[in-house]
Amino acid sequence: MRKIALVVAAPLLALAFAVLVTTVILIASGHAPIDVYKQMWDYGTQPDSLVLTLNLSTTYYLAAVSVAIGFKMNLFNIGVDGQYRLAALFAAFVGGRVSLPPVLHVTLIIVVAMAVGAMWAGAAAVLKNRRGVSEVISTIMLNYVATGVIAFLLTTDRFAVMTEGSNNIGTQPIPPSGQVPGFNVIPESTSPVFGLILLAALVGIGYWWMLSRTRFGFDLRATGLSPTAAVASGVNVKRMVLYVMLLSGAIAGLIGMPQLLGESHTYNLDFPAGLGFTGIAIALLGRNSPVGIVFGSLLWAFLDVSRQILDLTGVSKEIVTIMQGVAVLSVVIAYELVRRYGIAAQQREVGRQLAADAELAGATA
Amino acid sequence: MRRGTVHAIVGENGAGKSTLMKILYGMQRADEGTIEIDGKVVVLRSPSDAIALGVGMVHQHFQLADNFTVLENVILGDEPTKGGVLQLGEARERIQDIGRAYRLTVDPDAMVEDIGVGDRQRVEIIKVLYRGCQTLILDEPTAVLVPQEVEQLFSALAELKSQGLTVIFISHKLDEVLSVADEITVIRGGTTVTTVLPSEVTARQLAELMVGSELPSPETRESTVTDVTVLDASGISLTADSGRRLLDDISLRIHAGEVLGIAGVEGNGQAELVETIMGMHSSATGTVVLGEEDISSWSTRARREAGVGYIPEDRSRHGLLLEASLWENRVLGHQTQAPNAKGALIDRKGARADTDRIVAEYDVRTPSIDVMASSLSGGNQQKLIVGREMSGNPRLLIAAHPTRGVDVGAQAAIWDEIRKARALGLGVLLISADLDELIGLSDHIKVLLRGRFVADADPLTVTPELLGSAMTGAGGEES
Repeated sequence: MRKIALVVAAPLLALAFAVLVTTVILIASGHAPIDVYKQMWDYGTQPDSLVLTLNLSTTYYLAAVSVAIGFKMNLFNIGVDGQYRLAALFAAFVGGRVSLPPVLHVTLIIVVAMAVGAMWAGAAAVLKNRRGVSEVISTIMLNYVATGVIAFLLTTDRFAVMTEGSNNIGTQPIPPSGQVPGFNVIPESTSPVFGLILLAALVGIGYWWMLSRTRFGFDLRATGLSPTAAVASGVNVKRMVLYVMLLSGAIAGLIGMPQLLGESHTYNLDFPAGLGFTGIAIALLGRNSPVGIVFGSLLWAFLDVSRQILDLTGVSKEIVTIMQGVAVLSVVIAYELVRRYGIAAQQREVGRQLAADAELAGATA
Repeated sequence: MRRGTVHAIVGENGAGKSTLMKILYGMQRADEGTIEIDGKVVVLRSPSDAIALGVGMVHQHFQLADNFTVLENVILGDEPTKGGVLQLGEARERIQDIGRAYRLTVDPDAMVEDIGVGDRQRVEIIKVLYRGCQTLILDEPTAVLVPQEVEQLFSALAELKSQGLTVIFISHKLDEVLSVADEITVIRGGTTVTTVLPSEVTARQLAELMVGSELPSPETRESTVTDVTVLDASGISLTADSGRRLLDDISLRIHAGEVLGIAGVEGNGQAELVETIMGMHSSATGTVVLGEEDISSWSTRARREAGVGYIPEDRSRHGLLLEASLWENRVLGHQTQAPNAKGALIDRKGARADTDRIVAEYDVRTPSIDVMASSLSGGNQQKLIVGREMSGNPRLLIAAHPTRGVDVGAQAAIWDEIRKARALGLGVLLISADLDELIGLSDHIKVLLRGRFVADADPLTVTPELLGSAMTGAGGEES
């Protein structure tokens, strides 16, 4: 019971602190904080905003899980951003060029995306295992390489066609057989929620199951908790680095799918970028836990959607960025404090309990 | 300790040398007792207090920044500045003065990563002198040096001494201690045994004082040694990245029902030997045969699955996930084996039930198997590890310092388990710094020095003194 309280207390405290800091900044910049929050809440809870929030959090969730898998092993895949963009480009290109029966078509697109993402992340794993290159450095650099590769490929000579009626270019639109229709969840809204929200849920369940039920997940967590003990227990750390990077990259490949298959049907110059970095923040916020990340992505998406109203009211919407930043920072600190407190508290408790048992035994003897 | 002398402190591993030095250098507070410097009682709260009072320390593992020059390393933390600007010229002169005065020459502008071990040590000493220290603590300064460098160090020490500085010299190389020290204090089990003059003792007598002369009560027990070979390792060699030979052509054979003890001063290759047998050093050469099978190229996991139990020397680094529950720690190292796993899945129920069994059978004192391993005392952690490693019918048990840092009750329980393992026909490789433990439990003892076996001993006839001298290289090649 206390364990649960501790787990919940940390993010709530951190969030409260983030709101406090934001309030101070709002007051300092001459706005009435309560009004600003109320406007955001009112706008954010409108049916269309809620749909947007759900759609946004679907991609955020996939991004955060992709990052969290690496984090669980102290492996920092900062390259999720490049991985998903490259994966989405190739998936869109392949999806637009073939025609297949519906389910098969979608499956092919998703498999291509996962394979490209895994390959791009796998490059960093190979560099780390063979040459000892820190994955932090190599994945960041691979982001830039991915940007370059995408710019090279996304031209009308290669992967792209002109979009009709605009100056934008993108891949050949994916035909209906390769699209995943959305469905209506919020009754008052006409816009649909991404069909692939179910895929995100599946990924979350799979992530939880893998971590807590499989041998692979045990090895992964053991390596994260203590690399030395993992080696002594027979874990092949190099192999784990490769597998975990491949897995992280494959899930990174999924990040662009809800948007690609559910809405844009093409990879064009407007395709959302930067989701990989948002994923890092949300993974931290959700403490790499499959459930924590759900709340993290919903919150992040809600703030991202509701901030849109601020421009109309003359408040700079970057205020929300500050709030998000402070929330991540203070959550990291709060978790660490709670973790240490938890360890110390348990040590004390075990000591007390054993002493009590010994006394009891002494009294009866 | 008198001014202008070299005072040596000798003792076995775990005798309390390092703790004493940490207290003198302000890194740890003593529970009781006082320290006097120049007749004044002082309280040392931190190393900077110690330095202010003229006490400096050269650690066994150098504390230098590789990518800085000698000069920068020496002034690091005590930079001479004028209006916030570094005064490197001034510092360079002072370093050269110190070098001339004590014959400690190094190039102040060389990068530390480019200079040798002996030079690095001189940099450490200069660093201490630069801060104006009058008392130097050298923690096992010769451990990393080759003989010529040792001589250079000793002549530098003589120079320091003649200029009125005091040197505290910690070592367990007895011949060196005898040649350099003016006085020798022997400590054992956390207390001072005696203080002697080097002219009054021999290396052998000193070794006797170090290990104590009480023999363990020799157990009258029947030999269970069979002629079935469990482990046959031959020609094991391992070279460090620096080119140093960590293990040099080691061969050993353990039979079913036999406890083979390895004696040796720490850092002479014991850890590497164990890790090589466990398959953790891919660069090691030589063959390891378990039973009938050549496992030289097997992974650690395959070796564990083949029936090798492993009690690591450092349980918090290699034996446990401190922030995981006890039952998860039961799984650790046996992830692929029943009752912990079913195919690719972890069998939580099976693992938990078996953890309950271990907790009961091995008397692990814990309120629950869901508490974190870090909540348990060292002894209870170790009992859990022993129970875990004895599960699943191992053929070979590797026990590295199995009773280090555990209380007396747990120690006796762990000894019993090792005897039981031997009676069950396991081969046991026992590594220990506790010579009584080694003599009491082993059927045969080998002495490891600088990565080689230098002596064999029969535990029925050998004494801790004899072992101690063989370990430190003082007593020649006894057998």
